[in-house]
Amino acid sequence: MNAAVLTGEHFMTGDVACAEGALAAGCRFFGGYPITPATEIAERMADRLPCVGGIYIQMEDEIASMAAVLGASCAGVKSMTATSGPGFSLMMENLGLGLVTETPCVVVNVQRAGPSTGLPTLGAQGDMMQARWGSHGHYEIIALAPASPQEMFYHTIMAFNLSETYRLPVLVMADEVTGHLSEKVVIPEPGAIKLKNRPKAKGRKDRFKPFQAGPNGVAPMAIAGEGYGIHVTGLTHDERGYPVMTEGAQEEMMHRIVAKIRDNLDDIIQTESYRMDDAEIAIISYGVSSRSSLAAVDEAREQGIKAGLLRLITVWPFPEQLVNKLADRVRALVTVEINLGQIHLEVQRSAAGKVPVHLVGHTGGTVISPDTIVEKLREIRSTHG
Amino acid sequence: MDKLKARSDHPLDALLRTDRIPHIWCSGCGIGTVFASCLVAMQTSGIDLNKTAMVSGIGCSGRGAGYIKLDSYHTTHGRAIPFATGMKLANPELNVVVFSGDGDLFAIGGNHFIHAARRNVELTVICVNNLNYGMTGGQAAATTPCMAKTPTTPLGNPETPFNLPLLAYASGASYVARWTILHTRDLTKSIEEALTRRGFSFIEVLAPCPTGYGRRNKEKPLDSLRLYQERTVIKNGADPSDVILDYQQGITLGKFIDHERPTFLDSYDKTCRINF
Ligand SMILES: Cc1ncc(C[n+]2csc(CCOP(=O)(O)OP(=O)(O)O)c2C)c(N)n1
Ligand code: SF4
Ligand SMILES: [Mg+2]
Repeated sequence: MNAAVLTGEHFMTGDVACAEGALAAGCRFFGGYPITPATEIAERMADRLPCVGGIYIQMEDEIASMAAVLGASCAGVKSMTATSGPGFSLMMENLGLGLVTETPCVVVNVQRAGPSTGLPTLGAQGDMMQARWGSHGHYEIIALAPASPQEMFYHTIMAFNLSETYRLPVLVMADEVTGHLSEKVVIPEPGAIKLKNRPKAKGRKDRFKPFQAGPNGVAPMAIAGEGYGIHVTGLTHDERGYPVMTEGAQEEMMHRIVAKIRDNLDDIIQTESYRMDDAEIAIISYGVSSRSSLAAVDEAREQGIKAGLLRLITVWPFPEQLVNKLADRVRALVTVEINLGQIHLEVQRSAAGKVPVHLVGHTGGTVISPDTIVEKLREIRSTHG
Repeated sequence: MDKLKARSDHPLDALLRTDRIPHIWCSGCGIGTVFASCLVAMQTSGIDLNKTAMVSGIGCSGRGAGYIKLDSYHTTHGRAIPFATGMKLANPELNVVVFSGDGDLFAIGGNHFIHAARRNVELTVICVNNLNYGMTGGQAAATTPCMAKTPTTPLGNPETPFNLPLLAYASGASYVARWTILHTRDLTKSIEEALTRRGFSFIEVLAPCPTGYGRRNKEKPLDSLRLYQERTVIKNGADPSDVILDYQQGITLGKFIDHERPTFLDSYDKTCRINF
């Protein structure tokens, strides 16, 4: 396989594009465990990482994968893993370790239908709330939802950039359909891709405080072997990284790691609007379901229904303000997702009762057809005028 | 005044986070002795301490990482070894030392241990074996002797414990030793050797936990030390399948395996990086 990072036009699956995005982002460590439908990401990384001076290791399970990814990142290397539902569940404890130790890395979940072993080869979007709250404790997280192989490429880069900027694990919440879909992917020259790196530790090594916030609330990161002699723990800690078992220390630490996300929502949240200018009914969707929604908007418009689409690129943090304002100018909202209402709950909460909020969803195994969405739109028009 | 200061200075101060002392370990606990041996070995081995990291899991022994004044990572229960694996592979220049307990490394983390040994990842793993889960109150572990009393085996432990050196050897470790906290010279020398060996090194250290284990099994710290003196035999080079750990029959100590073979990174370079 080609030694350099790829450029140019390629016909590739979402999973392969995700791996290429990771390499373009500077990822040089992959620790993973095979699982359908994410295996092709691991396979591509196993093949490609040695070409770029990186390293691939197949760990004994997903718990170990997540731990290894954190260890590699603490040693200064951009790191990632990729999995699906069962493996994602196993990663949850160490995801929390990454959040509280503020260790940048990327976790890709190519979702399949669950719970449990579910439908291993068929897609769903049923892990969206697990992405938000799957590890114990109260925290903020960033999750992106790619809708095409091209986006699998770009969202993986974005995920690395966000994880490095804000020092946390960032989730790419893909789905089986997008992961296995083959489409054209355009990969620009390396210089044309903007990359971010974690803020570096500076100053006197004996005085350095590894968890003291910098200007945007993010602490510069010392990596192992730089001579700072830092201590990093999953216990509640102070700015020195030392464990402090008090309510006050918990409050201070948690406030800071939550605030670094909440205070930077404008930089983090990305959405896209389609035919929203005069829309009376707004669909809110993400990932593969946003493709069905887009087709549905066009079809509904043909039928004289003024529909539009708000597509979530960042699903977490949820664009609460935006949806709240949107509720002021449309007659109804419709969430379209492959589950029985997860992001739907957020849409309802954000709409704050201003307009009715409907759901088009099912439990997984296939995409949502545009016809089903159009039917819902027609039904909404006939009830809400 | 100077004299007073000199007396309060500890020869290991340079490697200790003295601002975190007093530590959490009970009086009579064996962890501190293992920790001190580890620090001495780090100093005398000549390894670059700025390029040395300690990784621990969770437990009383797992607090080791919190007291060493080097890059130190206190991770999740059982996961120190995979975390350390990621660290070592990402930066092969680092010396990565795993310091943790028997419960952490062999119950919840047992699977990671055997796989890291199999791969021969270049790590030095030091296990404080106090025969129980000290931190959570002395419950039975995968190392608790059969019939021992613990809060979760009130009538005696019906299970059979692991023989750790045998497990390490069978899994592929390239350095395997067992000592007790009474044998600090041998232990320190052994850790020093392990730090300079390539490949996966494992040292089991028997240590008393008077609070969790001793109390319920009529074993005061001094009784443990007496057992370590009277019931042990040093057999360097012994076949790991013959190294018993039985308070009645005896306890075999020594360096059992010291055999270099290609590390994970050696093999990765040879197999996967050939064309680049
Ligand atoms: C996932 C998880 N399960 C359980 C615990 C509770 N726990 C903390 S320490 C410990 C046992 C530690 O035993 P060992 O490694 O032998 O250390 P010791 O305290 O004996 O030195 C347990 C079960 C935990 N922290 N995390
Ligand atoms: S509970 Fe046992 S292992 Fe823990 S500090 Fe006390 S004596 Fe040591
Ligand atoms: Mg123990």
